[in-house]
Amino acid sequence: MISGAEIMVKCLEAEGIKVVFGYPGATICPFYDKLYDSDIKHVLVRQEQNAAHMASGYARCSGSGKPGVCVATSGPGATNLITGIATAYTDSIPLVAITGQVKSSLLGRDVFQEADITGACEPFVKHSYIVKNTEELPRVFKEAFYIASTGRKGPVLIDIPMDIQENEIEGFTYPESVKILGYKPNTKGHAIQIKRAIEAIKASERPVIVSGGGVLLSGVKPKFQTFAERTGIPVISTMMGIGVMPSEHELYLGMLGTHGKPVANRALHEADLVIVCGARLGDRAVAKPHQMSEYNTVIHIDIDPAEIGKNVKTEIPIVGDMKNVMTMLLNEIGDYHVTRQWTETVRTWKNDMFRVPPKFEGFVEPRSLVSKLSSMLRSKAILVADVGQNQIWCANNFRIREGRFLTTGGMGTMGYSIPASIGAKLARPSRDVVVVCGDGSFQMSMNELATIAGQNLAIKIIIMRNHRLGMVRELQDFNYNCRHSATVLEGDPDFLKIAEAYGIDHAEADSNEEAEEIIKKMVKSDKPFILVCNVYPDTPSI
Amino acid sequence: MQYTLSILVENQAGVLSKISGLFSRRGFNIDSLAVGVTADPKVSRITIVANGDEYVVEQLEKQLNKVIPVIKVKRLTDGEFISRELILIKVHCAPSKRSEIIKTAEIMQAKIVDASPDTVTVEYCECTNRVNTLIDMLKPYGIREIVRTGTVAIDRGTTAVSL
Repeated sequence: MISGAEIMVKCLEAEGIKVVFGYPGATICPFYDKLYDSDIKHVLVRQEQNAAHMASGYARCSGSGKPGVCVATSGPGATNLITGIATAYTDSIPLVAITGQVKSSLLGRDVFQEADITGACEPFVKHSYIVKNTEELPRVFKEAFYIASTGRKGPVLIDIPMDIQENEIEGFTYPESVKILGYKPNTKGHAIQIKRAIEAIKASERPVIVSGGGVLLSGVKPKFQTFAERTGIPVISTMMGIGVMPSEHELYLGMLGTHGKPVANRALHEADLVIVCGARLGDRAVAKPHQMSEYNTVIHIDIDPAEIGKNVKTEIPIVGDMKNVMTMLLNEIGDYHVTRQWTETVRTWKNDMFRVPPKFEGFVEPRSLVSKLSSMLRSKAILVADVGQNQIWCANNFRIREGRFLTTGGMGTMGYSIPASIGAKLARPSRDVVVVCGDGSFQMSMNELATIAGQNLAIKIIIMRNHRLGMVRELQDFNYNCRHSATVLEGDPDFLKIAEAYGIDHAEADSNEEAEEIIKKMVKSDKPFILVCNVYPDTPSI
Repeated sequence: MQYTLSILVENQAGVLSKISGLFSRRGFNIDSLAVGVTADPKVSRITIVANGDEYVVEQLEKQLNKVIPVIKVKRLTDGEFISRELILIKVHCAPSKRSEIIKTAEIMQAKIVDASPDTVTVEYCECTNRVNTLIDMLKPYGIREIVRTGTVAIDRGTTAVSL
């Protein structure tokens, strides 16, 4: 005989899961008891939301394409997960969230720590299950992992009442395949649309590629770069697409949008053909997407048919996995190359529009520092940016080589960076993992310093301290007559003392030179480190 | 523009809330919704009548297709399907008006299924337009209560919405 809880652990093992992030509680205790005997590493977080962010960071960096796994108990444990789940949903990150639930016989009676978590998560999950009998568990796990990691990736929730974990059944076999009538993602790419796309590319004079997170999620980076290089088409990325090409690549123009690079926006505006690859084109990427196709032809490649035509009117839709579509495009493109004139024009804009940010005496200039930081880290470094001005400073100034840039570009959840970096470091222990956050976002998840210290993870955290919620304040400057309502961070603690309390090495910098000296030492250490940079309060985002 | 969608779904708990939630979340309005099991007990069929422009309908179809237990979504072509809804109407009925109301029901081919000293209850199964006509005709007598099932629809001829 085997219990439901044991089956849960065996399912995770069968999926090849090495690490789970979670926080126990009464209704998930049967599972935790069995996990105790397993080789799966459990990372005890300090708040459940961060467990989901850690699983997200882990999934994005592991390179296996497997979902990250987070675990919480029923009621408040489960509801705390929601923001993390919603973040993974908007950013299309594969995640399997497991929650304990009160006994089946008590469901719906509002007993202690009961919450309808499948109901509450409905808008934020790709799919969810509430398991009604123990026999279903292997099938449900198999389906959940399959759904989370195929098609457009995303979170799947499995809610498991305590009695289902305790019940014993005979034998365990993990299904080899899934059979879901209503789920057959189309990954291939329609041959006729590919042909139309090739014709449009060949006929274009000023094409650009806009790449999103989909390119990274499908693991097609090298092929994507080959396509751009062979055709000479300039590449622009969304926030989630940063890292599809090395930042210094001559064809790469940077991030587009409200907070993007002027050259990227200009190229998009002047282009006669836009090839959108795995991007939603939300309002921060293209402020008036409906106007986009008035000026140019749009080819939109996405695994999710619902994204095509949702925000931007599309002439040539291609539904499919970027991996397959890129192969087909490469096979068909022949010796097409953009005109020398277009290449020259874009290059001129790129050179003309580059500017060095002004310095403020007695402060760290964050944009120059992030730029400098790029060359001080090893080439495969992972930079994790939070949300706010720090995110924009990083997106526009970190020069990525072979590494990753992690942030939540879709949901924009403050407090993402520290937990995500923990997941990233556990997935890639040999790489440099650096967090850049603001003093606002740092305080949203600084409780996870305990997790970093407890696991002795060599994560380096750079806090850009301006004593402000800088991005909202900027918004108030532009749109609300400089009335700074609730954007001054009063009562901030001494971050160095906080670091000390957790036994984490730390330092403070008031100039770029000072910060660079500290970073030099910091990257050599195999321990965590917190660097507090004092930033001029009115430093703009771009 | 009004359109009718036929949706085949896995017959399991929570599917209806997933679908109705999707409508409200994305700001689509439902005129009517009817659901029942098909010949295959594992599959249910939902008929939704809704309003919106071409963009809205297309988005809706795509979003519905993303719901995992949704097996198939089909937009029925105008004029090429038969639709029906069932309505029960309780009408105020003074004894002097009884024969008038019975006559009206007869003209429309509706059935009187219940009566009391003050009311009659009319049953009618027809397309929405004719159902609305009957309501208009009975309104002057004073309507106490109306219950409608929502529209169900099926393709004309051999075409079928199947797995």
